[in-house]
Amino acid sequence: MNLTLKIWRQESTNAPGKIVDYKVTDISEDMSFLEMLDVLNYQLVEKGEDAVTFDHDCREGICGMCSMFINGEAHGPNRGVTTCQLHMRSFKDGDTIYIEPWRSTAFPVVKDLMVDRAAFDRIQQAGGFVSVNTSGNTLDANAIPVPKDDADKAFDAATCIGCGACVASCPNGSAMLFVSAKVSQFALLPQGQVERQDRVLNMVKQMDEEGFGNCSNIGACEVQCPKGISIENIARMNREYVLANIKPEN
Amino acid sequence: MALNSRIPEGPLDQKWTKYKNTVRLVNPANKRNIDVIVVGTGLAGASAAASLAEMGYKVKALCFQDSPRRAHSIAAQGGINAAKNYMNDGDSVYRLFYDTIKGGDYRSREANVHRLAEVSANIIDQCVAQGVPFARDYGGLLDNRSFGGTQVSRTFYAKGQTGQQLLLGAYSALSRQVGKGNVKMLNRHEMLDLVLIDGKARGIIARNLITGELERHSAHAVVLCTGGYGNVFFLSTNAMGSNVTAAWRAHKKGAWMANPCFTQIHPTCIPVSGDHQSKLTLMSESLRNDGRIWVPKHKEDVEAIRAKKLRPVDIPEDRRDYYLERRYPAFGNLVPRDIASRAAKERCDAGFGVNATGEAVYLDFSSAIVRYGKAEANVKGLHHATDAEIIALGKQVVESKYGNLFQMYEQIVAENPYETPMMIYPAVHYTMGGLWVDYELMTSIPGCYACGEANFSDHGANRLGASALMQGLADGYFVLPYTIGNYLADEIRTGAISTDAPEFAAAENKVRAELEHFFSNKGTKPVDYFHKKLGKIMWDKCGMARNAQGLQEAIVEIRQLREEFYKDVRVTGKMNGMNPELEKACRVSDFLELGELMCMDALNRNESCGGHFREEFQTEEGEALRDDENYMYVAGWEFTGNPSEPKLNKEDLVYENIKVSARSYK
Repeated sequence: MNLTLKIWRQESTNAPGKIVDYKVTDISEDMSFLEMLDVLNYQLVEKGEDAVTFDHDCREGICGMCSMFINGEAHGPNRGVTTCQLHMRSFKDGDTIYIEPWRSTAFPVVKDLMVDRAAFDRIQQAGGFVSVNTSGNTLDANAIPVPKDDADKAFDAATCIGCGACVASCPNGSAMLFVSAKVSQFALLPQGQVERQDRVLNMVKQMDEEGFGNCSNIGACEVQCPKGISIENIARMNREYVLANIKPEN
Repeated sequence: MALNSRIPEGPLDQKWTKYKNTVRLVNPANKRNIDVIVVGTGLAGASAAASLAEMGYKVKALCFQDSPRRAHSIAAQGGINAAKNYMNDGDSVYRLFYDTIKGGDYRSREANVHRLAEVSANIIDQCVAQGVPFARDYGGLLDNRSFGGTQVSRTFYAKGQTGQQLLLGAYSALSRQVGKGNVKMLNRHEMLDLVLIDGKARGIIARNLITGELERHSAHAVVLCTGGYGNVFFLSTNAMGSNVTAAWRAHKKGAWMANPCFTQIHPTCIPVSGDHQSKLTLMSESLRNDGRIWVPKHKEDVEAIRAKKLRPVDIPEDRRDYYLERRYPAFGNLVPRDIASRAAKERCDAGFGVNATGEAVYLDFSSAIVRYGKAEANVKGLHHATDAEIIALGKQVVESKYGNLFQMYEQIVAENPYETPMMIYPAVHYTMGGLWVDYELMTSIPGCYACGEANFSDHGANRLGASALMQGLADGYFVLPYTIGNYLADEIRTGAISTDAPEFAAAENKVRAELEHFFSNKGTKPVDYFHKKLGKIMWDKCGMARNAQGLQEAIVEIRQLREEFYKDVRVTGKMNGMNPELEKACRVSDFLELGELMCMDALNRNESCGGHFREEFQTEEGEALRDDENYMYVAGWEFTGNPSEPKLNKEDLVYENIKVSARSYK
């Protein structure tokens, strides 16, 4: 198939950007979306032009690097997949495709379609862990049984890949789905109990300092999340946050 | 020259305990004055960086991705082995040790592997304490499954995302240390050279991938946790950015490369669909717990399937060839990866491949769906369930075990694997070879260590499934933090190392000149042109089967390609700024040297063992034929200044506790 691509080009964080038109031809429907961009970049380099920069690595939907707004939707038109898992069979000959980076104050553009998501790392550093040092002397792994239902829910929350589609899709630029997934994972497990209250307070504080917006229950994050992280996690985090705040010592 | 692996004296099962009890220590006040650089933040790197920082060392960690959480360990699917014997099926440290040595076809070191088995149980304890959500059964205890090459269930898992959960656990430990200021994390940085002063590793040159600046970082020790080099084949299950550059540049500074030809071809990957393909996707080995591998027994059925006149589900049982169950009844579909891959190649080469290219076999879940469905119906008290009800229940169970893998498959192939068998074919997955290290995980350069897939030490000529995660975390959490102290104990008087030393300037200038060449050479072809060509040479002549003639040809072809690359590669964009094409050019320039060494190593090893299958050396039944008399050694290749003239050093492998025998899974 032959396609027209309208791609956001921006030299660096503070440079102005613009949409530039490109044509690609003979695209196979078995190609992934990123392989289609590989074809474009190969042509650009052959012509001596700068290739389009985009984040990508595992190309199997788990590393969370790829991050494109395709025709106005995070990771494109399909649900439950990342950009790298989107295949060209979802498009048809003659289509015009708009490709833009994540848009959020907290995610500045590095170049073209690549953004800086270090804010997510800093939120994690503020409390997204259990404070346990490496030692060969922790409890035997089976010493504390965990109800299967809790373990499964914790796992579901923990499958977040940190891609940032939730932030990019939210009209408020809120990171609540990302943060609540991590808060939920630990709140549901016995290992997370000791730091349960400090964790939610510290992570939310960092989230606010990074410039992410507030949640107003729109729900676009859940719809666009490639891993199907449930918005229930946000409800759970709100509950955790309220409880942590009304504790007498706080 | 003989290599000294510095294995401690004493009985095998006491070596590590005795070592830990007698190794030199660095006191807490001195640790604060010692810098350690960790390159790479996968399972080995993140766990090492976190553990070293917890101990009090000043750590700098680098990753080329935008966050340490992206390292390709995240894509590991099936599980992690540990000798816990929770299933009461007779597992033990010794059995894990034995399975790993045998699985590696008697080409790994006894002492290292035993230590790995010893610490395996600690890894599970540590990860659970961190809040890693492993799969559990209804009683709330941890569940296990089986992997290839073993007859016990010792694999812990988190659906098909075990690597993700373990990496996020290590990442959380690392993040905690970054937050405390004990680790300085440098995202989007790539190591481009190792700096030696007076023969010791004293730092690195790294490129800031956002600004393009070259940076000097000094330290008292450098730990390389940079993964494997499977991307030398262009198509592999590795991430696009996975590369050999840090390891290779250390090699060129004096670190020996060990057994580079030992490559793991994983039997269950999604087949190649066309020339556009940029990477291959793995379907976890855990699927072989429940999936049965087959091809049609008769050529006419193969023809009909390729012509799309017949569907696989229409072929009756007696016209199917479950070739692994037929050839290896003791292990069946759970034979090790090298054996399963070769068996698939054998059937496809004989003309029984089931897709248009003739390079695919079936992985079929229909009998597992019925088996699970019946069990689930019993649990639910549905004693008169219809076939349709049983199948529906069975699909739910399979979904709960492998849901994300089935979804990935459907995305790529556009077929529903609950309804029709998966099509799979072997693909490059892991490299057992890597930087040579001694028992302490130190390379042949003092102060330079290698952990995880980047080293060669534990898997011999073939790695067993679910052992890569085990090794990465064993090295990072439980081995390196002890062994590195034995070296750093001598560094307490060294003081801070200045990056103004002439050695840093020389290394930086050399790297700058190499980068500038890519812009000044006035080439015409993009990097991928050369990478794809290299990959094809490697796959055709140094892949699943090798022979002397092909390897000799490959060596000549790679030399020519390398020459052409430097003359004609075209890199656009700027040197001082984000430039992924320049990053690729650097990485491919190293693959073009490594590829030649892999072929030389494969040519030198006149035997077949594990993943290294030389066609000249096989039994009448087509099994690998080892030559223990002449090749029971680790080949440690030393760089001499010219990539085409490496020097071979040998470390003899001594088996004191295991009887070396022909490896059989029949």
